[in-house]
Amino acid sequence: MSGAVSRVAVSSHRHERAALEDGALARRLLIGGATAFLGVVLLLPLVVVFSSALKQGLGVYFDAITDAETLSSMRLTLLAAAVSVPLNLVFGVAAAWVISKYEFPGKGLLTTLIDLPFSVSPVVAGLIFVLLFGAKGWFAPLLQALDLKIIFSVPGILIVTTFITFPLVAREVLAVMQAQGCDEEEAALTLGASGWTIFLRITLPKIKWGVLYAVILCNARAMGEFGAVSVVSGHIRGETNTLPLHVEILYGEYHFAAAFAVASLLCLLAVATLIIKQWVEWQAARHRAGGHEGIAP
Amino acid sequence: MSVNVKELSKRFGGRREVLGVDRVSFECPEHRITSLLGPSGSGKSTLLRLVAGLEIPDGGAVFINGDEVTQVPVRERNVGFVFQNYALFSHMSVFENIAFGLKVRGAPASDIRARVSELLSLVQLQGYERRLPDQLSGGQRQRIALARALAIRPRVLLLDEPFGALDTQVRVELREWLHQLHEQTQVTTLLVTHDQEEALELSDHIVLLKDGQVEQAGTPSELYERPASAFVAAFLGGAKIMTGRVVGGQARFADDALTASVDLAEGSIVEAFIRPHDVRLAKAKGAMAAKVARVERLVRVGSFVKLAVVLPDGDRLSVQMQNDEFEEHALAPGDNVLVDLRRAQVTPRINYTI
Repeated sequence: MSGAVSRVAVSSHRHERAALEDGALARRLLIGGATAFLGVVLLLPLVVVFSSALKQGLGVYFDAITDAETLSSMRLTLLAAAVSVPLNLVFGVAAAWVISKYEFPGKGLLTTLIDLPFSVSPVVAGLIFVLLFGAKGWFAPLLQALDLKIIFSVPGILIVTTFITFPLVAREVLAVMQAQGCDEEEAALTLGASGWTIFLRITLPKIKWGVLYAVILCNARAMGEFGAVSVVSGHIRGETNTLPLHVEILYGEYHFAAAFAVASLLCLLAVATLIIKQWVEWQAARHRAGGHEGIAP
Repeated sequence: MSVNVKELSKRFGGRREVLGVDRVSFECPEHRITSLLGPSGSGKSTLLRLVAGLEIPDGGAVFINGDEVTQVPVRERNVGFVFQNYALFSHMSVFENIAFGLKVRGAPASDIRARVSELLSLVQLQGYERRLPDQLSGGQRQRIALARALAIRPRVLLLDEPFGALDTQVRVELREWLHQLHEQTQVTTLLVTHDQEEALELSDHIVLLKDGQVEQAGTPSELYERPASAFVAAFLGGAKIMTGRVVGGQARFADDALTASVDLAEGSIVEAFIRPHDVRLAKAKGAMAAKVARVERLVRVGSFVKLAVVLPDGDRLSVQMQNDEFEEHALAPGDNVLVDLRRAQVTPRINYTI
C-alpha cells in the first residue's frame, strides 16, 4: 500500500519536472533576455557613473564630494528626507489604519486621493505649489503678511518632497493591514483594550516589517526626487540645492567628473537602500516562517 | 447573567443587506448554552456581534443581566468573544494571549500568572505557556482562544462558529469538551452555529434563525419534536414535509403509498414531517406496482444505509436504515418496497406565511 502511494508521489514529481523541462529553451531565452536587458538598462549606467566619477582620479572625486556646495546640497537632501519620511510615516500609517479598520462615507475618494501624487507628473506637482505659495499665488498675501517664504526656499522643498512621497508609506502599509484583516483588533477590543493600546500592542507588531520597508522606499524617493523639487527650488546654490539638482548644475557647467562624483553618492545611496530592503524582506520572511520551526505534537 | 435581546435590527447597505437582522428578540437563560442556529446569511453572526457590541444596531436593545448595554462600548461590556478563525495574537505567546485582557485591566503580575495557569489547566494545555499560536494545532488554538475569552471573567461567553474551521473528528471532541467546560464554569454562553447536530447536542436553548428573523426558539426537544414550520422541520433532522388527507381514520400521503393512523377528522388536510429514520421499508412481493415505491439509489454511510426512494407519485423520500435492518431486508436499487411510517409527526395543515 505504502509502496503504491510512494510510487504515485514519485511519478507525479517526475511529471512536474517534465512539465517544467519542456520549456527549457523558452526559459533560457527569457532569462537571457531579461539579464541582457537589466545589464544594458541598469548595470551599464551604474558602471558609467562610477567610472566617469573616478576618471580624473580619487583626488578630484573627493574634492567634488567635499566641496562646500556639495555638502550644503547633501545637508538639504538629508533634511528633506528627515522631514518628509517621519511626516509620511505618521500620516501614511494613520490613513492606512482609517481605511482598513473603518467604514465611512468618502472612503473610496480618500483611497483614490492617496494615489494622486503618483498619478500627477512631479513637475506639475511642483507647479501646483508654485500656484499656491508663489509670488502671485493664492496664499501670497498671507505669506507676505507673515513674512514667510515658501517657494524658492527650503520650506517649499520640504513640502513638495513630502507630497511626492506620500503614497509610498500609505500604500504599502494599507496593503499589509488589509491582508491581515481586523479580527485580532476586534478580539483585543472585546478584551477591554483601548484604541491606542490595540494599535501599539496588536497592529504595530504585525505591520512593523511592512512599515520599515515603506520607510526605506520613501526615504530613497525623498532623497532622489528631482522634478517637483526643481520647480520650487530656484536653484540657489548653497541654499536651495538638493543633491539631484546639484548634479544637474555641475553637469550643465561641464564639470563632468564632479557631476558623476556627486551622482555616485546617490547611486551608493540606492545600493544601500536595496541592501537594507533585501535585509528587511529577509527578516520579515524569517519572522513569518519562524513560528513553524516546532510544530505542536 | 442572562442575555435579553429586544427588537434588535441591523441593516447593512448595498449588496450585504441580506445579512442583516430584522426586529429580533430572544433570551438566553442564565448559566445555560443558547445556540443561534441557522443557514448562512440568516444573520446569526450579526446578532452575536450586536450582542458583543462589535456592530452598532439600527434599533432595539440588548440587556445583560437586566442592564441595558446597547450604548455601552465593546471594551466596557465585559463579554468573552471567540472567533471562528481563533484571532489569537500571532506575535504573542500563549501566556501573553491569555494574559492580554488582564494586563489591559491593570491586574497585578502575580494575579495574572495565577489566573493564566488556572485557565491553562481548565483548557488542559498546561506547559504550553511559551508556545506561539503558529505552533499549536487548530483545536489547541481554539482552546487557547476560549481561555483568553474566559480570563477576563466575562459576563457572557459569545462563540462565533467556534469549531467551524476544524475537521470533523476534532470538532466532535471539542464539542464534548466544551460541554464539560461549561459544566465547570457555568458561564452563560451564546453559540453561533450552522450545524444542527452541534446545536442539538450542546445547547439548552435554541434560537433558529432564517433571513434575519427568529423562526422558532425553544429547547432542542421542543424544536425537534414540535417544529413550528416546515423550515424548522427540514433544518433540524432533514425532515421532508408531505401533505395528505385523512381517509378512513388514516392519514394518506403520496397516492396512498404512505399511511399513518391518526385521530383527526375525516377529510381534513394534514401535513407530515417525515425524517429519514421515521420510515420503515419492506420488500414488496408480487406485482402490486401501483401502490409501491421503488429504491432508486443506496449509499452505505458507516453504521447505516441511506436510501433514495421514489414514491408512486414521483416524489422522492430519503430513508435511513441501520445496517442490521438493511441486511435483513436485502434491498437493492430497483427493488419495489412498501413504505411504512412508524412515527412521523402528522398535524392538521396550518397555512404558513413565508
